[in-house]
Amino acid sequence: MDSTVTAVTEENVWGGGNRPLGASYGKLMMWFFLVSDALTFSGFLASYGFSRFKFIETWPIADQVFTHVPFFHGNFPMYYVAFMTFILIMSSVTMVLAVDAGHRLQKTRVIWYLFLTIIGGAIFVGSQAWEWATFIRGDYGAVETKGGRILQFVKADTGERAALADFARTIPDERVAHEKRNGVWFYEGESLPSYSLNEVKEGLKANPNIIIQTETITDDHKKTLLTREESLQKIKDGALVVEGANLIRNEYGSRLFADFFFFITGFHGFHVFSGVIINIIIFFNVILGTYERRGHYEMVEKVGLYWHFVDLVWVFVFTFFYLV
Amino acid sequence: MAHAHKLEIFRGLLKFKSNTQKIWGVLVFLTIVTTVEVAFGITKPTVLTHNTFLGMKILNWIFIILTLVKAYYISWDFMHLRDERSALRRAIVWTPIFLVAYLVFILLFEADYIYNVFKDGFVQWNF
Repeated sequence: MDSTVTAVTEENVWGGGNRPLGASYGKLMMWFFLVSDALTFSGFLASYGFSRFKFIETWPIADQVFTHVPFFHGNFPMYYVAFMTFILIMSSVTMVLAVDAGHRLQKTRVIWYLFLTIIGGAIFVGSQAWEWATFIRGDYGAVETKGGRILQFVKADTGERAALADFARTIPDERVAHEKRNGVWFYEGESLPSYSLNEVKEGLKANPNIIIQTETITDDHKKTLLTREESLQKIKDGALVVEGANLIRNEYGSRLFADFFFFITGFHGFHVFSGVIINIIIFFNVILGTYERRGHYEMVEKVGLYWHFVDLVWVFVFTFFYLV
Repeated sequence: MAHAHKLEIFRGLLKFKSNTQKIWGVLVFLTIVTTVEVAFGITKPTVLTHNTFLGMKILNWIFIILTLVKAYYISWDFMHLRDERSALRRAIVWTPIFLVAYLVFILLFEADYIYNVFKDGFVQWNF
């Protein structure tokens, strides 16, 4: 009989039912996912760091790229991203409050807090879409050299950036975009920039106030400004006019910069978007009383974990993309 | 766990009466940290940008440390790791920290090497 008793205790140890981590299956699996997702994001950010350290002397300065705020004109570096960060932290807070209300089985409060969380997430995704649109459109335009470097233009007297439209001359010539309907149907030329390279070159020659800013960063942590003579010399290396950004080239500087911007903020934005969708599903489940009948609101807690994780990732993206 | 919230932050310096209060307290703290970051990012004090520590601007060190501080409070209080068993907490925290530190170390060293090759090598790339 003694041995049977031992066997029974053995069965208690190995027979299942133990919870060494004190967390449910679903919550553990959510943590598994979050840790692996964190590693994916870390991989992206680390490769961003790799490219940045590789081109440490020529990488674009974030302050000069993200300078816009919706409905306002002028130069406001960082303010809008700071606002986005705050929105996301705020929606994280409403999510914790929803989880907290869930623990106390207060259905109405969970509904309201989840609603606010969804609104916050939607504002964030909208802001990101706006950021992308602004980034893709670009604002000043630049010239790419034969070596693939970007030359930007600055007004010599004020030190402000000069848009191509400010100085480029209009030279009547025949620039025709190659469209699909002319020729083989699957061939299409790249869309033409607003000014041809020749127009920019002539404009630079004609305007003594315009000088070139290269990618190289000085000891003063600013971009190098060429003198007027150097500028006239440098523009000869120009190969094409770049306006805005795409996956191949961008007017802000290193090509990799835009690629990483699209990839990392895009991947994060996709997480926020799916987070909002999951929140909406949970929101309706709460209204329908699914968790009320189940007796606990653990599902809200699990989705909450995901939502906070999205916030956590943004904190890092914010630092490495906009601040450092 | 639902009824066993730990209500102190800053190692017991600040105690809250309820979980809800603690959440708002953490929000205030995170907002302050973000404001400090943005203020530094806009003003960029010369003292911090012109002095370096381990090859990086002091300002950037401040940003990274403040980010880790924020990450700590988001995961500890919002993702309530503070209330979980220490085994779970350690498994979640140390695994990525170890792997990421390793990856970052390798990649950044390699990148610096390539930077030097570009700089001192015989290949012209900036033209």
